[in-house]
Amino acid sequence: MQLFVFVCAAAMILVGAIGVIVRSHPVHAALSLILTLFGVAVLFVAQEAHFLAAVQVIVYAGAIVVLFLFVIMLLGVDKAEALRIDPVKVQRPLAVIVGLGLFGLVAAAIVRSRDSLVVRGRGIDIASGDAGHDSNIRQLANDLFSNHVFAFEITSVLLVIAVVGTVLLARRPRSGSATDPSAGSK
Amino acid sequence: MHLAIASPTTTWYLVLASLLFAIGSVGVLVRRNPLVMFMCIELMLNAVNLTFVALARKLGDIGGQTTVFFVMVVAAAEVVVGLGIIVSILRRRPSATADDIAELKG
Repeated sequence: MQLFVFVCAAAMILVGAIGVIVRSHPVHAALSLILTLFGVAVLFVAQEAHFLAAVQVIVYAGAIVVLFLFVIMLLGVDKAEALRIDPVKVQRPLAVIVGLGLFGLVAAAIVRSRDSLVVRGRGIDIASGDAGHDSNIRQLANDLFSNHVFAFEITSVLLVIAVVGTVLLARRPRSGSATDPSAGSK
Repeated sequence: MHLAIASPTTTWYLVLASLLFAIGSVGVLVRRNPLVMFMCIELMLNAVNLTFVALARKLGDIGGQTTVFFVMVVAAAEVVVGLGIIVSILRRRPSATADDIAELKG
């Protein structure tokens, strides 16, 4: 059963990821990205990270991809990219070689060091009966609000800075500086 | 020994994550639409998240999942700022590719 879930989720992830990089239409690439994100959420559930699976679906598939689609559709850049022509001749074979080399090296390191993983912590005891159905959220909250509470507070500052910076960046220029004809046409 | 192959081990998850990371890096190198390059960066971030979660389960340490939480927050902030920059560039030049915006001067 676990093998079945893993194989299905891995197929979703890989099909979606390849779809992102080969579909020439940006909307199709965004929809393929949703497929990959759902596959990753399934694997989070399989690894007993239930809270992170929910956050993955809500934040990534819900918010970030919708933001991508908003930008694609509002700006009208949903034209298919001409993937047939290659601006730099050797770029694509070189990129594929780099990708295969990256995967090969990392996978070789993982397979070589697979016996050196030893359990040190107290364990994530979702499976035990006395832990309760929300023990993953409870453990995560205990760790987040005790060991990492300062980083958590800094995160809120980061989000405020990001929102203010985006408002400043995406703001339309004032009407006095109408030198660009495309600026006011939207 | 049917039970030995019946459950995927941590190594499988790590190899899958490395494959996803490699696909994302190829996408960043190949694609020229800045939006699609951003999506490929999201793929790479998800690969790293999957690695963290798999190792948190294997090592029995909830700190891996806490790290994934922070990675998600930073990814959200990064996407918001990056899309703001892309919006302000593409509004000026609607068909800009990554080659056209090699210099930050608009």
